[in-house]
Amino acid sequence: MKQKNNLIPALTGIILLLVFVILLENISSLIPNLPQVFQPTSPLFTVLKKAAVYSLVAVSMNLLNGFTGLFSLGQAGFMLLGAYTYAILTVPSDMKDQVYYLFGGCAFDFSLVDFFRSIFGAGGFGGAVALVLACLTALILAGCVAGLFAYLIGFPVLRLKSDYLAIATLGFAEILRAIFQWQKLGPITNGANMIKGFPTFSDFNITDSSGNVILRLSTFVPFLLTTICIVLIVCLINSSYGRAFKSIRDDEIASEAMGIGLFKHKTMSFVISSFFAGVGGGMFAMYVANAQAKAFTSTMTYEILLIVVIGGIGSVSGSIIATFLYVACSEWWLRFLDSEMYIGGFKVPLLRNGFRMVVFSVVIMVIVLFFSQGIMGDRELDLKAITGYLTGKKRAKAKEKVPAGKEGDK
Amino acid sequence: MDNKIALHLENVTMQFGGVVSVNNLTLDVPEHRIIALIGPNGAGKTTAFNCITGVYQPTNGLIEFMGTPMVRNHPSGKDAKSYKGENADKYTGEVIAPTPDQITKLGIARTFQNIRLWKSMTVFENVLTAKHMRAKQNVFSAVFRGNLSEEKRMREETLELLKEQGLDEYKDELATSLPYGLQRRLEIARALATDPKLLLLDEPAAGMNPQETLELSEFVKEIRDKYDLTVFLIEHHMDLVMNISDYIYVIDFGSEIAQGVPKDVQQNQRVIEAYLGVADQGDTE
Repeated sequence: MKQKNNLIPALTGIILLLVFVILLENISSLIPNLPQVFQPTSPLFTVLKKAAVYSLVAVSMNLLNGFTGLFSLGQAGFMLLGAYTYAILTVPSDMKDQVYYLFGGCAFDFSLVDFFRSIFGAGGFGGAVALVLACLTALILAGCVAGLFAYLIGFPVLRLKSDYLAIATLGFAEILRAIFQWQKLGPITNGANMIKGFPTFSDFNITDSSGNVILRLSTFVPFLLTTICIVLIVCLINSSYGRAFKSIRDDEIASEAMGIGLFKHKTMSFVISSFFAGVGGGMFAMYVANAQAKAFTSTMTYEILLIVVIGGIGSVSGSIIATFLYVACSEWWLRFLDSEMYIGGFKVPLLRNGFRMVVFSVVIMVIVLFFSQGIMGDRELDLKAITGYLTGKKRAKAKEKVPAGKEGDK
Repeated sequence: MDNKIALHLENVTMQFGGVVSVNNLTLDVPEHRIIALIGPNGAGKTTAFNCITGVYQPTNGLIEFMGTPMVRNHPSGKDAKSYKGENADKYTGEVIAPTPDQITKLGIARTFQNIRLWKSMTVFENVLTAKHMRAKQNVFSAVFRGNLSEEKRMREETLELLKEQGLDEYKDELATSLPYGLQRRLEIARALATDPKLLLLDEPAAGMNPQETLELSEFVKEIRDKYDLTVFLIEHHMDLVMNISDYIYVIDFGSEIAQGVPKDVQQNQRVIEAYLGVADQGDTE
């Protein structure tokens, strides 16, 4: 039916986006003397990487909060589980003594990277295959660990409603953060110190024998992973189970009376959402190149919640657009507010360290007050709207929005 | 009544704290009949429905569906002391307490007194979603699109059902944008999508004008024959009840006060008193 018509344009859109990302990333080595924005050190790529990771987490939160109507604030906790699982599983053995020096080495003497290297070889093409397989396996396991924890705490917690569920999941995330910083678990979690030395996004850049980068893939990889995950989530939302989730959001009593088991479907949604939050957590660790429990505070959950609200609760494309805008603002466009500025001899008032957050808060208040539906409400971008948008006014960010909408529209 | 009994309630009592909402209710709903449960406001009709559909667990009593026990409970613990009803020792032993979705799976579907359609969904999606329960799939086949034939079958059946109910021209409209009478009809269509054997209608004619009520009674008879249903309904419109019911149970203050075919019930003195008040007591309203 409708799905078939949109499948091919959606796939084309996704492939175009990914090709576009690769080109953008490597454009500085193809064409010399480009402006600073296109250089590999530009904030543009930081934003793109972070936004790719965050958009997966935002969409996974939207699956739970927006589509199933379960107001959960445990996202940072599940990301933490994912990040640590990924990190612990992939730190190479020869790095372990260095990383865990405070605890005299790691108690967990296994590394997926070494395991796959022993099969495919450490260098050249074999090494690349080993790296890809190790990262993929670790990310999937990261998701599984998060999903397993979600399943376990789902039993008591999912019987709660609205605010109570939010408080319980928030508490869960905070407890996890405390446990992972516990010194006694040091030989595994490295206590309050960060775990590092595992493969990150920049390890995916292809280098020649002398170590010069010949093809950059460090932005492409998070985009690819996020795209795959979001496509899976969208497939779920548009399936029979997705409709069941939405029915629970709309009216629990009616859903139950129509034979949709509340507990079963809520658990399912919670576990799946946490799975992708775990994968997102693993990718976050890859992005910041370390895993540290104190990064996964409740502030992070609020950030993601904010993205979901700005994008529109119940809209996948809205979440994606909002993530890119949010991350771009907080990491790039509004950075100038934090530094003192002089125009001629005149010092612009108010601009100083921390002012960015003030402006940011005001912007968010305005959005919540006047656009309480968010950017997209509960609609998705559709193809006609996009073509209209592109032929009409073309903005800098439009290209990123296009495939996102197509994904969401299937 | 010679038909097999579809639904059988035996000494069902539902007590909330000190208030007995349904008291020792015993009734039978034979297959392929239209049975009505009537009574003044607050008589406990909807509570009885909620006991049957698993929204409440009755304090005491047994409910059988198609000859097998479906719900069974006896007062225990705190309830045992405050229990005001009868037959407290009759149903000791195994407690059967299915959730509403399990009861729907057995083949009992219901509609609601205040319409509970899924607001963000279209007419088509409302009915399609109700088909979820009977679909042969799991979450992996659903995500990886291994269930395309199943999905296609569900969509075709939904479309067919909507056509039969005369709702197909509204299929892409939001369910809540339909006129009231059609929303009621859609709720029935949604209940039919779960393939029920027994349909419970909770005040299907509430808020309808006489013309719509007339159409509804034809409609109920029609679907009863078409889908081979048993219908058990609560209603306030007496003309509708008298028109379509084969048998009527009347309850007041949770207890049964009369039963019989429509003609007898209409003339039953206790029923008239319950609805109109007792004439010789000056202070009754």
